[in-house]
Amino acid sequence: MDILLNETQALLKDSAEKFIERDYSFDVRRLVSSSEEGFSRVIWNKFAELGWIGLSMPEEYGGWGGNLVDLSVLFEEIGRGLIVEPFLSTSVLGGSLINYNGSENQKKSIIPDLINGKLLLAFAFTERHSRYNLADIETTASNTGEGYIINGSKSIVIHGSTADKLIVSARISGESRDEQGISLFIVDANAEGIKRRSYQMVDGLSGAEIILDNVLIPHENIIGEAGLAYPIIEKVIDEACIAICAESVGLMSELVRATVDYLKTREQFGTKIGSFQVLQHRAVDMFNSLELSRALVYRSAETISNVDDTKNRARAASAAKVQVGRSGKLIGQQAIQLHGGMGMTDELSVSHYFKRLTMLGTLFGDTDYHLKRFVMLGEN
Amino acid sequence: MELQLGPEDQAFKEKMREFMNNNLPKDIQHKVSMGLGLVKDDYVTWQKIVGQAGWLAPGWPMEFGGTGWSPMERHIFNEEMARANAPRIMPFGVTMVGPVIIAFGSEEQKKFYLPRILTSEDWWCQGYSEPGSGSDLASLKTRAIRDGDEYIVNGSKTWTSFAQFADMIFCLVRTSTEGKKQSGISFLLIDMNSPGIDVRPIKTMDGGVEINQVFFDNVRVPLKNLVGKENHGWDYAKYLLGHERTGTADIGQSRNQVTRVRQIAREELVDGKPLLDDPVFQNKIAEIEIEILALESVLLQALAAESAGQPPGPEASLIKLRGTEIQQEITELLFEAVGNYAHPYVPEALEMGWNEEPIGPDYAASIAPRYFNTRKTTIYGGSSEIQKNIIAKAVLGF
Repeated sequence: MDILLNETQALLKDSAEKFIERDYSFDVRRLVSSSEEGFSRVIWNKFAELGWIGLSMPEEYGGWGGNLVDLSVLFEEIGRGLIVEPFLSTSVLGGSLINYNGSENQKKSIIPDLINGKLLLAFAFTERHSRYNLADIETTASNTGEGYIINGSKSIVIHGSTADKLIVSARISGESRDEQGISLFIVDANAEGIKRRSYQMVDGLSGAEIILDNVLIPHENIIGEAGLAYPIIEKVIDEACIAICAESVGLMSELVRATVDYLKTREQFGTKIGSFQVLQHRAVDMFNSLELSRALVYRSAETISNVDDTKNRARAASAAKVQVGRSGKLIGQQAIQLHGGMGMTDELSVSHYFKRLTMLGTLFGDTDYHLKRFVMLGEN
Repeated sequence: MELQLGPEDQAFKEKMREFMNNNLPKDIQHKVSMGLGLVKDDYVTWQKIVGQAGWLAPGWPMEFGGTGWSPMERHIFNEEMARANAPRIMPFGVTMVGPVIIAFGSEEQKKFYLPRILTSEDWWCQGYSEPGSGSDLASLKTRAIRDGDEYIVNGSKTWTSFAQFADMIFCLVRTSTEGKKQSGISFLLIDMNSPGIDVRPIKTMDGGVEINQVFFDNVRVPLKNLVGKENHGWDYAKYLLGHERTGTADIGQSRNQVTRVRQIAREELVDGKPLLDDPVFQNKIAEIEIEILALESVLLQALAAESAGQPPGPEASLIKLRGTEIQQEITELLFEAVGNYAHPYVPEALEMGWNEEPIGPDYAASIAPRYFNTRKTTIYGGSSEIQKNIIAKAVLGF
């Protein structure tokens, strides 16, 4: 049951599939993920050449001008290939924050280099106590004569240690969890006062804890109007939710495919274990769950691409996160179970898909968080 | 709903609790409670302490070193050990090969191997599964061919827990290819130092190397290492399955982990308030606690039946099935509780003596690995699917 793609989307999907088949085998992924930077600059440049990094960036800066549906097509393939390169952090998070709220100068100086693979961004927003609340930040930015001085610490910054610039959310006024008073700042990652502690993450990507100690940044590095960044942050994160839901759909389709294949191949008791009805029904449960998720994710992507109101956008994002969170758990856990002992090994790719899928279930909010949010958004 | 214990059982429980308090080394206790990696020495040290008290093999007949405790007392002892955050007693010697040697072994085998299990001098591992024989264990192919007063063993075993620590391995091997596959299997005791044995670690998705593949290349094993009669090994393996009926419930351990969920949920804040205050999260904890109560009730019935001298029923399958599902549910709740800090992968933090600043809270590092590692529990020891097949046949008569 295929989503109806338009011609450019179909071409994008096709070229992504070919790339993964030719240049991004699981062995390559393993090598790249365990390398010093946690991804491959060579491959990143290839993505730049293919125009993928700038997929959702405006054409006037060299991007494709694609919408969230186009992005979902790409992210599904990123999932299918278990790709570790910094798309989410650089393009979907950093790029969108600049694109939606940045000044002409900021866009001109950042977006083209982002698109051609020369500039890497990371979004530093979560803090130790924030959990999933985007407004629960205590990092401060004080306005002085020379610029803004930023103080605080940021957690779980995806691709934080390889970023050239950090987009940092900080409070210029208000109390913890006030939506008012939050601003976004472009911070040079090598600025004085920045300390980055990098680590591998459970799903093979890289992350960082970042401390900002009296970091002075020029006034023109604030993005948009002072104290009014929250709505933009929420919008970008909702779109990022769709991107990672699409990535999850890609991960889940590979897990379903691999599991059905294993069931048809593995023999015990003198027969292929796929001949047992119990296991067939389990595989069907996985398949059905995948289909429901894929359909809802694309519907949510469509909705968000076409409507402008916050409530509908938020509902669409949270609905997708809940559906995918549930699916991800079912499909991930059953893929391991049905692979038996082999599913537990590091050697097979199955467990790596499972780990990435599991972590995406938590990123930008877990199922309970999004259920609660959906409820609080009120009736349709 | 506390366990209603009679005065004698209550006194026994207090005695056990005091023993754990006074004898479990604090550094080992700390490792277990924090989910840090244990080394061989941690397990052996604790087993020697318990062994010195005479309590390492409570289920054995007294003449061989058992304690003569009632089934309830054995259960209380296990619970108190788990509650104290003691390391698991390795089951391979005490609960698996020991009872088989007692029931079917020669006098020489009993005299030689049983004391060495009780002193923890021998670390045993289990050679059952093969790459081609998982759920269908009887299809195993590792071959043992008689040559004079020895067997020559060729083949390989997989998923062998702690083979890297082991002195001995008990193996199901094929000694005949005639007739039904089950009737050509023998139970053989093999020295892990024998020439021709190669142990290769298998890395699991959590990053650990607990399990191994063990290769046998023309390994010579004395005939006297055969347990019981040749080609009767399958019966002995089945005896083992029926013998161990309640240990897989892991109630004490599960309750410990629920306590840990609460501790973490108290620390983790949601909009400035502890996660533990969230009614949705509280409901999830309550559901698991009730599931544990129900499982424990089945377990208590099984213990009562055992005390009354009734033969083991199929409750072992239900207990294993539910016990492992509950273990998994708890690791999911731990994962949820820790929020964003499940992401960093810091295997060094799981080593004792790691002195660096943790990434986030100190309890976070072991959470994701534990969630991933625990997926194995519904696969090993007879998968959940196999357990359901057993119940379908043995209870419902399908």
